[in-house]
Amino acid sequence: MRLGHRLRHRLARFGMSLLLLAFIAFLAFPIVWLTSTAFKPAGEIGLQNPALLPRQPTLDNFRVAVEENGVLRSAYNTLKISVLSAVLTLLVALPAAYLLARRRSRMNQAVTVWILVSQTFPLILIIVPLFLILGRLGLVNTHAGLVLVYVVWSLPFVLWMLQGYVRGIPVQLEEAAAVDGASPLDILVRIILPLLLPGLIATGLYTFVNAWNEFFFALVMLKSPDLVTLQVSLARFRGIEGLARWGPLAAGSLIAIIPTLLVFAVMQRRLVSGVLAGGVKE
Amino acid sequence: MNRAGPARPRARSGDGRAAVPWWLFLPSVVPILLFSVVPLLQGIYLGFTDYTLGAERARFVGLDNFARMLGDTAFWSSFRIGFIWTFSVTLGVLVLGMTLAMLLNAKLPFQGLARVLVLIPWAIPPVIKGLMWRMVYHPSAGFLNQWLLAAGLIEFPVNVLSDFTWALPAVIAVGIWTGLPQATVVFLAGLQSIPDELKEAAMLDGAGSWHVFRHVTLPLMTPVIVATAALELMWNFNAFGLVYVLTEGGPAGSTKLPMLLAYEEAFSFGNIAYASALGLALVVVVGVLVYFVVRNQYAGAGAGRAG
Repeated sequence: MRLGHRLRHRLARFGMSLLLLAFIAFLAFPIVWLTSTAFKPAGEIGLQNPALLPRQPTLDNFRVAVEENGVLRSAYNTLKISVLSAVLTLLVALPAAYLLARRRSRMNQAVTVWILVSQTFPLILIIVPLFLILGRLGLVNTHAGLVLVYVVWSLPFVLWMLQGYVRGIPVQLEEAAAVDGASPLDILVRIILPLLLPGLIATGLYTFVNAWNEFFFALVMLKSPDLVTLQVSLARFRGIEGLARWGPLAAGSLIAIIPTLLVFAVMQRRLVSGVLAGGVKE
Repeated sequence: MNRAGPARPRARSGDGRAAVPWWLFLPSVVPILLFSVVPLLQGIYLGFTDYTLGAERARFVGLDNFARMLGDTAFWSSFRIGFIWTFSVTLGVLVLGMTLAMLLNAKLPFQGLARVLVLIPWAIPPVIKGLMWRMVYHPSAGFLNQWLLAAGLIEFPVNVLSDFTWALPAVIAVGIWTGLPQATVVFLAGLQSIPDELKEAAMLDGAGSWHVFRHVTLPLMTPVIVATAALELMWNFNAFGLVYVLTEGGPAGSTKLPMLLAYEEAFSFGNIAYASALGLALVVVVGVLVYFVVRNQYAGAGAGRAG
């Protein structure tokens, strides 16, 4: 009787382990396949019996991607746009985040409502009028225009994240400094900024990844081939794919994933808790 | 202490109420108003006009666009596909996410590996996800066809993404793969917050694992599940990049989600007004869906308390 119970328990655990392995395969396989394709020589990619791992690994695909398909150019564009978006968003958001944290007002509700609204509304509603407005300002098909869009689009959520970090800094520190005769600027630079640094980094990385991964706005706003971002150029180079293009396409995709993967590796914990805050609050 | 009088106003300002100048919010709010709120309002207005790309001006036409929509087969077909896609992906994500979260919570081997792996799809941009899966599905260079051939399940390679029957299921599988990480992480945290004592008590009362899941775990997880379901419904109904890269809505429109239809109307045909109206229809549908999901939670909670 007891043995039977134990056996059943073991069997159940064995079954669960198998199931978990199946999940691991499902999650990881496309990524393994992409990586392996990126290192395969052209001759191995179209084979009737493709091997899981490249038989003769090569860096040729990376060379082709960089030299012939302008991946380096669009990677540079994307990097520039993402870094500028992150920095500008922080600069613009910081004062308001401070205000939100230190002075409870209707602004807090407005920000929350706007986060919800901007999540619910399909981008198609906003993109055309935005396109026309930016056109009037001469910002269509420029990086400045796209940066502007990204800053505005990440602002609500960034405000929300940042004000949480500001709230974590005790007001008493500021009061004490004020009593000691520090000017508001001194307080900001000497006290708040250093304590806020981890929060600023987290928020900045969030904006960076958003901009790096974004596709829809970039697709509509940028027309010149030498201005496009990685996502757009990779999506375009999909259109002319023959088997010969798979290798370089995979190599380009790997290059495009690296920064976000790095950010995820660094921020794993924080991201998870951020999502939790969002998910559980609903 | 003896200077209590003058100290009071300072204490009040230190409280942060009077000291923080209101205009600090201007650098954030002005751009949001100009480049987000105003275009959104304009976009809503455009849905009630006859504006086409490059037209001199927009003429207000009331509900004409919506009337046209009712007679437009492309609209019905794309919203039908949108529903199938949204519900299948959401359901898949909820069920598989919960299963995976429970496995990750069960102290099995490979758990550490799985917990890291589950985050990776999350970090990958939609475009690359699409490209990656195109490589998996490819009839000769992808491994899926090879496996199915080797297993004898198919006799010749199927080009899944251009097959009228298989394109939508194939795209849905990718949608589930995409949504799985976030749902799993949220569910796992939810599971970890349930005290073990509750389950142990139920077990002592003679409840089997299924009963514990059904009557202890599931009710406690309801708020988390509902929140995830609502977010998934919202995101999936408005999905664009992934499917655009996978199939561009093909073959023959069999994966043309509402957003892809709206994009095509706006940027291939220049029918801005109609595209905006489609966007508004999306808002209404998503709003109704989310309302029902969230309301049912409260109804469910009420019934649970009564019973």
